Amino acid sequence: MITRIAWKNIWFKPLNTALSIILLTASVAIITLLILLQEQFEKKFNDNIEGIDMVLGAQGSPLQLILSSVYQVDAPTGNIDYAEAKKWMNHPFVQTAIPLAFGDNYRGYRIVGTTPDYLAKYGAEVVKGKIFSRNFEVVVGSEIAAKLGLKIGDKFFGSHGDAEEGELHDEHAYIVAGIASPTGKVVDNLILSNVQSVWAMHDHEHTAGGTEEEGHQHSHDHDHDHESHDAHTEEGHSHDHNHDHDHAHDHQEGEAAHGHDHGHAEETVINEEGKEITAVLIKFRSKMGIVTWPRLIPQNTKMQAASPILEINRLFSLFGIGLQALQYMAYGIMIISGISIFIALYNTLKERKYEFALLRVSGASRFQLLALVLLESLLLCVIGFFFGTIVGRIALGFISGSSEDEFKMSFNPWEFVWEKEGYLFVLTIFVGILAAVIPAVKAYSLNISKTLANA
Amino acid sequence: MINTKNLRFSYGKDTDFYFPDITARSGESLLITGGSGKGKTTLLHLLGGLLRPQSGEIIIQDTNITALSEKKLDLFRGRNIGLVLQQSYFVASLNVIENVALSSWLATGNLKTEKAKQLLGQLGVDGHLHKIPSQLSVGQQQRVSIARALINEPKLLLADEPTSSLDDENAFMVADMLEALARQYGSALVLVTHDQRLKDRFPNQITLS
Repeated sequence: MITRIAWKNIWFKPLNTALSIILLTASVAIITLLILLQEQFEKKFNDNIEGIDMVLGAQGSPLQLILSSVYQVDAPTGNIDYAEAKKWMNHPFVQTAIPLAFGDNYRGYRIVGTTPDYLAKYGAEVVKGKIFSRNFEVVVGSEIAAKLGLKIGDKFFGSHGDAEEGELHDEHAYIVAGIASPTGKVVDNLILSNVQSVWAMHDHEHTAGGTEEEGHQHSHDHDHDHESHDAHTEEGHSHDHNHDHDHAHDHQEGEAAHGHDHGHAEETVINEEGKEITAVLIKFRSKMGIVTWPRLIPQNTKMQAASPILEINRLFSLFGIGLQALQYMAYGIMIISGISIFIALYNTLKERKYEFALLRVSGASRFQLLALVLLESLLLCVIGFFFGTIVGRIALGFISGSSEDEFKMSFNPWEFVWEKEGYLFVLTIFVGILAAVIPAVKAYSLNISKTLANA
Repeated sequence: MINTKNLRFSYGKDTDFYFPDITARSGESLLITGGSGKGKTTLLHLLGGLLRPQSGEIIIQDTNITALSEKKLDLFRGRNIGLVLQQSYFVASLNVIENVALSSWLATGNLKTEKAKQLLGQLGVDGHLHKIPSQLSVGQQQRVSIARALINEPKLLLADEPTSSLDDENAFMVADMLEALARQYGSALVLVTHDQRLKDRFPNQITLS
């Protein structure tokens, strides 16, 4: 009944009430939004760097390298020489090294040349179809498959670069070989192929681009391969991309070792010599690598080694300042809403003291009056908190929509961060109690006789 | 019924009131008159348990209310004492019927909405049950506050200048209703007033001096 009176009372002054609720809603909404954003952002960022101790890539901004190669959000810093990278990938410190080669995109989704290890690293399994094994076969991330409705056996053409509007590579179609399981990590929004596909796609482009010179270029290639062949006979993995030429070559030299290679050469096999990749994700066996590589790599190569944790912490601390400023603002609004509740209660106290005296005369105890005033404030706070959590989530929904379009990064507005939101609720209630404590004590200690006698 | 013995109350050193003993039986009416500053309202507040006397006893039915603890006094007041004031106060956000029923809830924990309706009907304001009290005329408000004072069928019905702000017609109507209802519910009615109209109306009088 006291609650009912409190409820009726707060709606008896709708403007005061609306002001208090709007202020509370605004502050709770901002704080809720920040809590959810920070939580999910950090979780997404930290999930994705799990198992990556270091990233090898072209020199430039280390943060850019991390963003582009780990989170797939920024443009790559450039390419690195595969042969050079390979030396370091086979370094004794290294446990696993996953090469990444960026080239194309399909409708804005990146097509990344890599190894099946990449899927395994993110805990993604191929749930439909199979892993890519031939050139131009791709495994599609779960979200892309769902959004674009891709099925096993579908073919599509990639566009060059990051932009959807990039030049179309319509010489070779990619074939969907498999669809990956959802992981909640970047891999969901990627199309994965082997590294050779990326090379083949772009090699082809180069030769196709110079159609008039084709004959000339080929003859040039012949010469080149003739020369280099002798140097690489023992290695046996030196392939040429031109079958016919290889045949001729084999016959000429009559070497058995090349007959073995011949079996592989069913598909387009590409010489790794002079090929480039974009980055290598490294997991170290020895933590020594984490300490020494950031200096060792730039000293000895044209590459850089960047630590994802270091760079991400730097990034967090950068926009942490912005988040903190927003947070202070939200707390400021909460204080203002507390003051607004206080003023509303305090102002009406003068006209309401007769009402309170009357309630006492009718048998209400001091404590019931105290409770009445406190409840009015708390009701406002609970309503404000309720709307605030909803509005904050709606805002996150909008942000998620735009970040999804821009960065392929979505947030879940319906996640509850119980602990932090619990604290926020307690804080809101505390503000409510604080705002009401003086008016409530005044109501509690009201002298009925004096109040009624002076009427 | 109510009776008092040797009541004394002082506001600091300067004003010291010694009140004559008063007695009113169930269904009886007693009018207390006196000039300004003679302690009419103080006596009424003492009888209603809103003030505590320096000494003396106030016995309502069989209870000496001066000996009750604050909490018990609140409860006793709610159940056994009805108060009608010169000006009517209400919980502004509640409508007429809710205001009357609220008193029954505060005293007993039950919302006696039906009883409230019946009382308001007897007082002729049942056409305004769902209005906010401030929408009513002063005379109507006074009748609603009588209904509120009577809903718990109090042993003692106190009225402080109940008619002072009313015109003749309303003043006599309110006085009649108070007397009739006090008799009906077996309440002792004590009125405090300087209203000449009431002095002629109630024979049983005490004058403070």
